[in-house]
Amino acid sequence: METLYSVTVGILTACSVFLILRGRSFPVVVGITMLSYAVNLFLFSTGRLTIDGAPILGTSDSYADPLPQALVLTAIVIGFAMTAYSIILAVRTRGEVGTDEVSDSNSEDNR
Amino acid sequence: MNLLIIIMAPLFGALLPLLLKQTPRLIKTGVTLLIPLTGIAILLSYAPQTLSGDTPKHFIEWLPSIGLDFAIRLDGLSLLFCSLILGIGVLIIGYAHYYLSYEDDDSRFYACLLLFMASMLGIVMADNILLMWAFWELTSISSFLLIGYWFHSSDARRGARMALATTGAGGLALLAGLLIIGNIAGSYQFDDIVASAEAIKNHEYYTAALVLLLLGAFTKSAQFPFQFWLPHAMAAPTPVSAYLHSATMVKAGIFLLARFHPVMAGTELWLTTVTVTGLITMLVGAYFALLKHDLKGLLAFSTVSHLGLICMLLGIGTQAAVIAAMFHIINHACFKAALFMTAGIIDHESGTRDMRKLQGLMGLMPITATLAMVVAASMAGIPPFNGFMSKELFLAQAAQQHLFGGLSWFVPVLATVGAALSVAYSIRFIHDVFFNGEYKELPKKPHDPPRMMSAPVALLALLCIAIGLAPMPIVSELLNSAVTAVTHSQTEVKLSLWHGFNIPLLMSAIAVVAGILIYIARDQLFTFNRQFDGQDAKHNFERLVQKASDTSSRLFDKLDTGSLQRYMAFVLISVIVILLPSLIDISAITGSSPQQSIDTVSMVGAIVLIGAAFGTATLHRNRFVMLMMLSVVGLMVSLAFAHFSAPDLAMTQLVVEVVSIILMILALFFMPQKTNRASSGHRVFRDIIIASFIGGIVATLNFAILTTPAESISDFFIANAKTGGGGTNVVNVILVDFRGFDTLGEITVLAIAAAGIHKLLNKLKPFMPSSDVDGRPWHRIKHPLMLTNVANLVLPMAMVVAAYIFLRGHNLPGGGFIAGLIAASAMILQYVANGVDWVKERFNVNYQSLMSIGVMIAALTGLGSWLFNKPFLTSWFTYLDWPVVGKWEFATALLFDLGVFLTVIGATMMILSNFGKMTTRHRPTHEGN
Repeated sequence: METLYSVTVGILTACSVFLILRGRSFPVVVGITMLSYAVNLFLFSTGRLTIDGAPILGTSDSYADPLPQALVLTAIVIGFAMTAYSIILAVRTRGEVGTDEVSDSNSEDNR
Repeated sequence: MNLLIIIMAPLFGALLPLLLKQTPRLIKTGVTLLIPLTGIAILLSYAPQTLSGDTPKHFIEWLPSIGLDFAIRLDGLSLLFCSLILGIGVLIIGYAHYYLSYEDDDSRFYACLLLFMASMLGIVMADNILLMWAFWELTSISSFLLIGYWFHSSDARRGARMALATTGAGGLALLAGLLIIGNIAGSYQFDDIVASAEAIKNHEYYTAALVLLLLGAFTKSAQFPFQFWLPHAMAAPTPVSAYLHSATMVKAGIFLLARFHPVMAGTELWLTTVTVTGLITMLVGAYFALLKHDLKGLLAFSTVSHLGLICMLLGIGTQAAVIAAMFHIINHACFKAALFMTAGIIDHESGTRDMRKLQGLMGLMPITATLAMVVAASMAGIPPFNGFMSKELFLAQAAQQHLFGGLSWFVPVLATVGAALSVAYSIRFIHDVFFNGEYKELPKKPHDPPRMMSAPVALLALLCIAIGLAPMPIVSELLNSAVTAVTHSQTEVKLSLWHGFNIPLLMSAIAVVAGILIYIARDQLFTFNRQFDGQDAKHNFERLVQKASDTSSRLFDKLDTGSLQRYMAFVLISVIVILLPSLIDISAITGSSPQQSIDTVSMVGAIVLIGAAFGTATLHRNRFVMLMMLSVVGLMVSLAFAHFSAPDLAMTQLVVEVVSIILMILALFFMPQKTNRASSGHRVFRDIIIASFIGGIVATLNFAILTTPAESISDFFIANAKTGGGGTNVVNVILVDFRGFDTLGEITVLAIAAAGIHKLLNKLKPFMPSSDVDGRPWHRIKHPLMLTNVANLVLPMAMVVAAYIFLRGHNLPGGGFIAGLIAASAMILQYVANGVDWVKERFNVNYQSLMSIGVMIAALTGLGSWLFNKPFLTSWFTYLDWPVVGKWEFATALLFDLGVFLTVIGATMMILSNFGKMTTRHRPTHEGN
């Protein structure tokens, strides 16, 4: 199970990094969003993987670690704020500059 | 405390002339004069203590964690330098009063001068070497301002820049040296460092420390090969030159050598480096002084030469040599300051400083000429003036040393040559200007300056004579304590004008005769030197600077291509480069925990998640499909949370997913729907390589963590959630209680992001496509009936669910974050289904206020605990019998969670509804809303 989990997180990270390296703002924002998912999963897993052990007192014998969960919960909300901010920034740039390319349009890097 | 005022008065007093900008110059000068006079008064009150062998100190703790304290001392060496800095400072301020023209900004001049004075005083009084360094750098900066005082002249700017670059670079070297020394000694307090002098000298880093220290000293004191900046600093107003290059700035390097004499001196390296550098500097300086046609240029190089002489004496380092050095510091300050001021007077009165134009001024300005002759004679080392005595002492030292074995005789010979050159340029200064034939036409017809302008010169000339005739009563005590501070051994200075017929006297006599001969033969020298005219230090320096700047811009252009992807790739590649070696070092990444077996649900979930992730990455050119894939990823992540016992996370992720996908679809409306151009093959290949490495590293790290047995501090939270926080949902209790402060920060950030987005949307002119990606026009029915009906049905239900989730949050999965997002998404559905106008008619809430109220409730709940004398955000709870519901817990944490709830709704709605309004007539078009 641990292997499967870490491989999944790794692939999720790799896909988001690939998107972040694109030359248009929209895929980059999607990449950032997906990367924040990967990071959240990673952080969450520092509490190890527990099945049927939700940290609600009185429901189980051994609880999952609640601390990473609390951390990730706020991270999700902040991640949303970041996604929202960066996507609006992208829209604003499009409106001002007229293009969604992330850098100088003459260079080969913009595809 | 008094001791501190000596430094603090000019430091803060520097503001006074600026505050008095509108007043007449006389008042400014008066006020400025008061500051060093105060310093002198305090210095005099402490002098007896220092002269009797004590060291008054003052200590204020500043930054103890890095060993930097505001510790100052007043030992003999500090006293000597303080007297020079303050004494000459007073004369310079008085002189500047007459020297500066009416167009010059005298407030700025006095302010910079006082700042400079403060930093010099700081250097010589610092008892902590880091503090000393701080003041050292302050002198570099303030001297930059002073040298560049006439910033409209490019010479002044260049001279100032050169001085700053050279002394600033030296300052950095000095810092490194001081840090090494301080590290070896284990303290930056000067006494501790002296106590560990032996350890420092025997340390393997001694050489490095000494070289760095000397770099600092030599650049500041313009020692060979760093002498080039000093003549160019002559672009400064003459009072500045007189002050900086006689008594202060350049003496700082000498001071440094003297200060660290007890710590660093006595080794072979010190002896040869310092002595030889001093000797070379003395000769080079004296030679160039003779060649200069500019009065101030002559004086500048002569300063270089005399500093070399002092430096050489400190290199020799015997007690007698140190006495000679200290004595010459005083004498040089006296005659050089006076000479600079004389040069300034000549310049001021005649309009030129070129010795080829000046001649026969004796008849026109007799007072100035007489004074100049006295001080120039002192510089040349003619009896009975003070310069003669210290030069005799120097020649005696040169004759006595045996530093270089069989070649030691070289030193006295070269010393005599230096002395002869010094005689020659002194004669030139006097003869070329005041005699040398009849007066010729000059820009201005010169005459003696106002009496008060030559007063400082007269005072210094008197001092030259007085010290020469009666050295013992005037300077012996001061010298005694200064030399004691340098050599750390009791000293008894004996000075007299006449030593009988001996070798130094013979050398002096030779020097005078040779000097006269050299002066007579000077034209040959000028002709000889003309062939080197192309070699100008300023041009070389400029070329060097230009080259360095060109090289760095070329390098910069290569790195800074303006391509964000390239930066991103650099960052990611550095991550790989930094992490890979340490990962390779780990012998096994598999920890001792056994792996759990894979169940079907996890397997299926993982496959879908991986597939969706790949889909998002590969289909990125069709953006709508990419978003759909992303939403699958988000849903699977949410399920993963649910599967691995994190119901709160699963719920949060689910609603956030909904909200952010809606937001992104909305954004996509304003963006191109497709990326048409494909990346080049090699670019894609590079990106795949980078992405795989990063992914591999993350997977490896994650695996290593997962298979290592867990050690967590969470047992505390689990044990105390119910008893301390009154809730059974440990995650929620952590959020609103244990780590409530963090949550308060989080919602504040959310609110800030929302406010930022609000501003970003202001006056935005979005791209609004009239048709979809395939060219079909938008449907004319904007609000489909089905959706409207469903949305209306969902809203009340969602509100009830939100309330329920909110209330149960403390004990069961739920809470403010989730409830807020649920409520928000139901309302967004209203916007989507019915349009902005429709919603506005029925539900007109200012989301900004809602959000602010939320943050305020949360913060006030925290503050509330202060009323009960508890720390911020201490929670309180009790159990109440609620009607209908029954027994229900009430906790202040719930109030805090209400704040979270409102903030989340407010922020989310503000982001989405504002963005949604972009397509309507309600879009924000002006400041505010």
